[in-house]
Formats: sequence, structure tokens, C-alpha cells
Amino acid sequence: MYVVDESAKPTKMRWGELDEEDGEALDFLLPPKQVIGPDENGIKKETGYKFNDDGNKVKITTTTRVRKLANARLSKRAVERRNWSKFGDAINEDVGSRLTMVSTEEILLERPRDHGAKAEETKIAGDNLAQLGIGGAVLMVCRTCGKKGDHWTSRCPFKDLAQPPETFIDKPASTETAMAASGATKGAYVPPSMREGAERIGGSDMRRRNDENSVRVTNLSEDTREPDLLELFRTFGSVSRVYVAIDQKSGVSRGFGFVNFVNKEDAERAINKLNGYGYDNLILRVEWATPRSN
Amino acid sequence: MRPILMKGHERPLTFLKYNREGDLLVSCAKDHNPTVWFADNGERLGTYRGHNGAVWCCDVSRDSMLLITASADQSVKLWNVQTGAQLYTFSFNSPARSVDFSVGDKLAVITTDPFMGVTSAINVKSIADDPSQQSGESVLTITGPTGRINRAVWGPLNKTIISAGEDSVIRIWDSETGKLLKESNQEVGHKKQITSLTKSADGSHFLTGSLDKSAKLWDTRTLTLIKTYATERPVNAVAMSPLLDHVMLGGGQDASSVTTTDHRAGKFEAKFYNKVLQEEIGGVKGHFGPINALAFNPDGKSFSSGGEDGYVRLHHFDPDYFSIKI
Repeated sequence: MYVVDESAKPTKMRWGELDEEDGEALDFLLPPKQVIGPDENGIKKETGYKFNDDGNKVKITTTTRVRKLANARLSKRAVERRNWSKFGDAINEDVGSRLTMVSTEEILLERPRDHGAKAEETKIAGDNLAQLGIGGAVLMVCRTCGKKGDHWTSRCPFKDLAQPPETFIDKPASTETAMAASGATKGAYVPPSMREGAERIGGSDMRRRNDENSVRVTNLSEDTREPDLLELFRTFGSVSRVYVAIDQKSGVSRGFGFVNFVNKEDAERAINKLNGYGYDNLILRVEWATPRSN
Repeated sequence: MRPILMKGHERPLTFLKYNREGDLLVSCAKDHNPTVWFADNGERLGTYRGHNGAVWCCDVSRDSMLLITASADQSVKLWNVQTGAQLYTFSFNSPARSVDFSVGDKLAVITTDPFMGVTSAINVKSIADDPSQQSGESVLTITGPTGRINRAVWGPLNKTIISAGEDSVIRIWDSETGKLLKESNQEVGHKKQITSLTKSADGSHFLTGSLDKSAKLWDTRTLTLIKTYATERPVNAVAMSPLLDHVMLGGGQDASSVTTTDHRAGKFEAKFYNKVLQEEIGGVKGHFGPINALAFNPDGKSFSSGGEDGYVRLHHFDPDYFSIKI
């Protein structure tokens, strides 16, 4: 059987309204049932008549769409099998059990992201930052595509191409730890095994928070969050931790944060480039977090 | 596409198998009742009642009359596909893991797990035309590989048996003498347990999936590595499209750690790769547990996946699937 009734729309009657004790004796008086179609669009119309409670004749029209599954070619044996009777638990299956359901959700074959394009974007961003170092503070830099002086981040035409913020979660566990520390306002659940101070089994994440190569960033706007900061700083090298101080009571950023780099050279370059850099209408102040003896 | 969800099993799915014409789909799960469904609309045709343990694997004969199932209750059973009647029970002294009918359905290869001092084994049984004449004698028993043998299938012309399992080595055995003919190269082979193995439609090559987060394509005759498909999840199930040059991998993070991580971390999609270019084509989401079983309809126009979540999801491809360009 390669026919599926997709939608049945009884126009006048519902099964719940059918009268059981209705005298079938009068049924022969009704005109015969008519079936029209299915036409080229698969629309099938069934017209039937019955008597209602008051003894009046009622016309019932049922419109159904019949859809053929794409080019289903079935062997004779398969058609035969289609008429096999049910067995096992399927015999006394409740009508309402609904073992088989069509998903309400449309599922698409999701194509993978174009990786080449993304790499290019970050490269452009890197170039821009390099120019910034020479040019000094420039306002209006798009954080998505890295273009400066053209549009704001929120207006970026490539916004939907940008890495979604969720990818931040997939970053090394150390940044997750930083998130967890400030996670109270984020509301995201962090499993106990991932929380700061929890015992790690893996071994690779045993490293304690490294105060080396820590960079303090001040004069941040209130909207700046850790993913933004990571986005800004990771062009200089691998970042091991990002932290933005958040006021416990109000949940608003306190306007400063810390970024830890894996390599000291990267941190140094970041300080040189980003100190005095215009970011969200404010001029950043970037310096070593701990006073250095040398 | 709108997948059809089939919730007939109360426990995680373990295996899915279409019959030759692709109108029936048999699902095996850790509950004790293998189930047969109509593969076009997902309607349940029946269940096969009689096993007393998880059912790990099954196979359907070419004429769709005979079903063989391997179960953890240390038995392999033959069933009448149409009526659900039990025809014969092979008894073992350890759980049975996989079954495969030979070409012609005269033989079946059955693997059994290591259990209580019994080592794992590959058993070949002959299948009688008339079930009343069926005997339980093994034609051949092969032992040797350490650890579980997760899958054993017949090679071309039933001359060889290909096995793979926990020791991550693929072996080709002579099906007459039981002699080991070939072993996969340790250098290029899988690094962790092989969970699944599936042959191409013509049997010239086969695909293995492993917990080392990769799937590999091998030549059946020479056992040379042809392609490697790298992914970021442990692979539990693999399938090859009989229509297009596509392979499908399913898996996901270990079921025991699902609740401790972010929902995105599970990676429970079925991933499609181009068989030749080894590049990812796309993913199909839906399961909320790891995928344990995958099968392409023999016509290549639909596929089904079974998950740890107990659902079978039956997908009929949209027309644009057939025109995907990479």
C-alpha cells in the first residue's frame, strides 16, 4: 500500500456526535455514497448522507488528500506482505497507544559550516588589529567581521555567519571554569564535575589557575561579556582564562576583567596593541595584572 | 523531512535490519522482543516473543521468511517472519552477539561473547530448509581473538568470514577450515574497540566504526584500508548508502555521562560523509541519546536510526538530498 491519508477534514460531523442508537432501518432511504477523485492534486471528495437526531437528512462531505510516496515501486511479495495479519504484541494494540508518530518537528539534513570562510574572517580581523596598533584608538569596529569604521557589531551583514556564542562553551575547560566562577548571573547550569574546585579525573585539566601572564583589562563597557573579551584577545594567541567581574547584586559588569595567556609574548603583544583601543565607545586600558619586578 | 518515530521498545535499541525489498524493518533492543515494522509508514506488524535477554543482532533471509536473532540469554533463535512463531533455538554457553546469514541462507555465522571462563567464538551453523530438520551442530567453530567479537559477516561467495571486535583488529578467516587468512594492519587500523561493521551492497568493501571516533573503509579481498572518516564522537553504528556515495555514522558520548554535560556536547546526530572525498555532507539531529543502530533502506531513499533513547526514527529523504553537491 503506497497511499497515505494525510489529512481528513470532516466538514459537518464528528465521530463523537454520531448517534449510536440511530435506526439503521432508514438508511436505505439515503442517496448512495459518492466518491470523487483523487484528482491530479490528490484531493479526494467523499459525499455521504445520514439522518440526524431530528430526523433531517444531513449531507456529509469529507475531503482528503491522498499522497503518493515518491516513486515507491513495490514487488508483488512486498504488497502481499503488506496484508499480513498482525502478531505478537501488535495484535492487541490499543488504538490510543500511538506507537508510531510522525515527528512534529521538521528535521533537515544540516550542512556543515563552511570552514574556509571562517578562517578568512579571523585573518582579516587579525590584520585590522595589527593596523590598529599603528593607528591608535579607532571607534566603530565590528566584532563579527572585523571591519572598522563601516558598521556596528549589531548591524553587521555577516552576523549570522559569525560563530554563535555557544561555541564558547566548547572551548578548553579552563575558560569554562572561569565562566562557572561568574556563572551565577548567566544562569547556565554547570555540572558539579566542571565547577571550579571540583576534582578533575582527566588529568589534563589538573593545572591550577595560572596567575602568570595575566592581563588586566579596565574601562570595559557594561555590555562586554567573557565571550566578547575572548573574541578580542584570542587573535593574539591561545587564551587560557577569561574573566569579567560582575556585580553580585545588580548582575551588571563592573567594568574590568582579566585575560590569561598561555604565552607571555602573546600577552605582551596584546597589551601593546589593545591598550588605548576603542571598544564599545570606551577606550580600553590593558596592563599586566600583577606588578612585575622586571 | 519529517521523521516517523517508532516507540515500540522500552530499552535502548541495538540493531536495525531491512529485508531485501526494503518493505520491512526489524528492530532489536535490550528489551526482549525484536519487532518488525512496515518500513514505509512505520506501522508495527508484530513482535517476536520468546527471548529472555537483550537482543543484540538479527538477520532476515533473502525471501523474507526467516528471521534469526542473537540474544544475551545465550541463545540464537529462528523465527517465522510472518507469524512470529519460534522455529528453532540454538543454545550456547555464553551470550550471542551477532548473526549473519550467508549468501543463499544455507549457513549462519554466530559470534558468542567471552563469559564465565568461556572464550569468545565464531560459530558456523547450517540452516535447514525445513525447520523441523534443523540441527544445533556447529559446522565450524573458530576461537582465538581475545575479547568480545562484536560483528562477524560473510565474505564474497561465503569463502571467508570477516570479524571485528573489542581487540580493534579486523580478521578474515577461511570459512571452510577456520584458518586465519588476514589481519588488519595495526598501524593504520582502529585504535579502540570496533563497534560495528557493514558491507557494501555488492560486498566489495566494508565499513567499520570504532570508539576511536573514526570509521574506516576496507577492501574485502585484500583487507587494505581505503578511506578513513574522522569524526568527533565515538562511533557506535555505521551504514553505507546503496544509492549514492554516502556513508552514515552514528554514535555519541557514552550514555553514562549524558546527564553531566551540556546537551550539545552529546553529538547524537547521524553524520553523513562523502564516501570518496571523506568530507562531511551533513547531520541529522533528533535522538536524545547516543545512536546505537543505523540502516539504509535497500533503495537508498530512506534510512532509520535507533538510539539509546528507545526510539527508532525513520527518515524518508527530501528530494534535495539526492542532488547534494559537495
